[in-house]
Amino acid sequence: MNIRLRRRMVNVLALSASLAAMAFGLAWLVSILWNVISLGIGGISVSLFTLETPPPGASGGLGNAIVGSVIMVGLATLIGTPIGILAGIYLAEYGRRSWLGSVTRFVNDMLLSAPSIVIGLFVYAIVVARFGGFSGWAGVLALTLLLLPVVVRTTENMLLLVPNSLREAAIALGAPRYRVISGVTLRAARAGVITGVLLALARISGETAPLLFTSLSNQFWSFKMSEPMANLPVTIFKFAMSPFEDWQRLAWAGVFLITLGVLLLNILARTLFKDELK
Amino acid sequence: MNLPTNGARSVSGGLPRHTLAQGSAPAPLSVALGLRDFNFYYGKFHAIKNVSMDIFRNHVTAFIGPSGCGKSTLLRALNRMYDLYPDQRAEGQLLFHGDNLLDRSVDLLDLRARIGMVFQKPTPFPMSIYDNIAFGVRMHENLSRAEMDERVEWALSKAALWGEVKGILGRNGATLSGGQQQRLCIARGIAVKPEVLLLDEPTSALDPISTARIEELVTELKSEFTIAIVTHNMQQAARVSDYTAYMYLGELVEYGVTSQIFLKPAKKETEDYITGRFG
Repeated sequence: MNIRLRRRMVNVLALSASLAAMAFGLAWLVSILWNVISLGIGGISVSLFTLETPPPGASGGLGNAIVGSVIMVGLATLIGTPIGILAGIYLAEYGRRSWLGSVTRFVNDMLLSAPSIVIGLFVYAIVVARFGGFSGWAGVLALTLLLLPVVVRTTENMLLLVPNSLREAAIALGAPRYRVISGVTLRAARAGVITGVLLALARISGETAPLLFTSLSNQFWSFKMSEPMANLPVTIFKFAMSPFEDWQRLAWAGVFLITLGVLLLNILARTLFKDELK
Repeated sequence: MNLPTNGARSVSGGLPRHTLAQGSAPAPLSVALGLRDFNFYYGKFHAIKNVSMDIFRNHVTAFIGPSGCGKSTLLRALNRMYDLYPDQRAEGQLLFHGDNLLDRSVDLLDLRARIGMVFQKPTPFPMSIYDNIAFGVRMHENLSRAEMDERVEWALSKAALWGEVKGILGRNGATLSGGQQQRLCIARGIAVKPEVLLLDEPTSALDPISTARIEELVTELKSEFTIAIVTHNMQQAARVSDYTAYMYLGELVEYGVTSQIFLKPAKKETEDYITGRFG
């Protein structure tokens, strides 16, 4: 009986410790969300989306920054996704044990954990400093470099989860390798791959450091990719650090928008293929 | 008639037609696949040693033996599945219509269309039942929609699955039961119209009723296909096969007409295994 009592006590202790740890983490998260919502929701209005960023003291919105962010994040995703998926296919299907595969995997892992400011500086050095200064394209390049390794890694991991028996079954029907991959394995891994892309997208949409060195910002509507381009994170950075109260209010509204966007992307990623991801 | 020649282990009991297992069709024997001094290696491990035997057309040949005896390895070598794995290799001859299938020049896609395979675990592709069947066919033939419909129905009927799925062809293959999935995989294999069908423990993941259906199916299919089946279940081998090969430690110990292997095995080792004294 004694040992049973002891076990029960240890169990209660362990359970309370893990509950406390969870509460600690959750408390910060909830307080962040609460802060963002309470400070940001007041700034939400139609003009936030339709007007461009104002000079201090004037009224305005974040329209140009929102559109700039959507354009750059969108382009980075469009460019990075196919490259990342193809590279992931190479790693999982062709280069599993090859020398080139191991090197690629190693480099990709380094890129994956590289601080985003390093990526920003890199693009600054090879593009911005050499060709015509800050531009939307430079921002797209930096964001693509951040998205790419995430997509490569998730694609590889998801393809590795596909049982080999499925590959063998397709090969046993006389299907060539590319048909096996496109028709069977990639299809089986589809849900995971798309989820990975959505999570990568969520990650780059809040990146500030790489854009600070590349697209910089723009106070006005800007659709020219070859010129500095407005975007949410850099605008938030600039406005939040300013002494002007109306700028600070806009910064909080921007933070609220990004948080909401990232939250929605995460929810989308997790619900879209819930049944397939079991 | 095309009986085993040079070095081929003759079928025990002198073989022949009049001693065929009960119930099998007394069709003239012809060789579908011939192995000559066949050896197989996993890296340095010598998994199959000097096997020579013939697999007869339109008959069912069962491979039995304890785990690790090389029976699955042998079966997987017959359509060169091992080519997927760089450290695996085969030596000797694997004759099919006069060609040695182990030659580098063999077109593997064509070979696998002619020698199909069904695996231990059902592996429906992540697509509709219809597309599961059509997938393999599309690799080798360019059929019109109507012809493909016909082929899908034909294959599913052959696999005794048509009645159960004809109304739900658009549904994902993974939604079927395990036994249905395995029959789907068999249908997928025969849809390509191979000459030889290799079955690697096709019922070991199935319940007894599904197993019985697959066994019936094997018996029906042999009129059109040559079937080689690996099984752990000796009763199954006795029920479905015309010829049985007993393997142990990579060697072909005894090969012959199934009824003889089970009733009057020539070798003591075979008898010990079959009577359950060993293995």
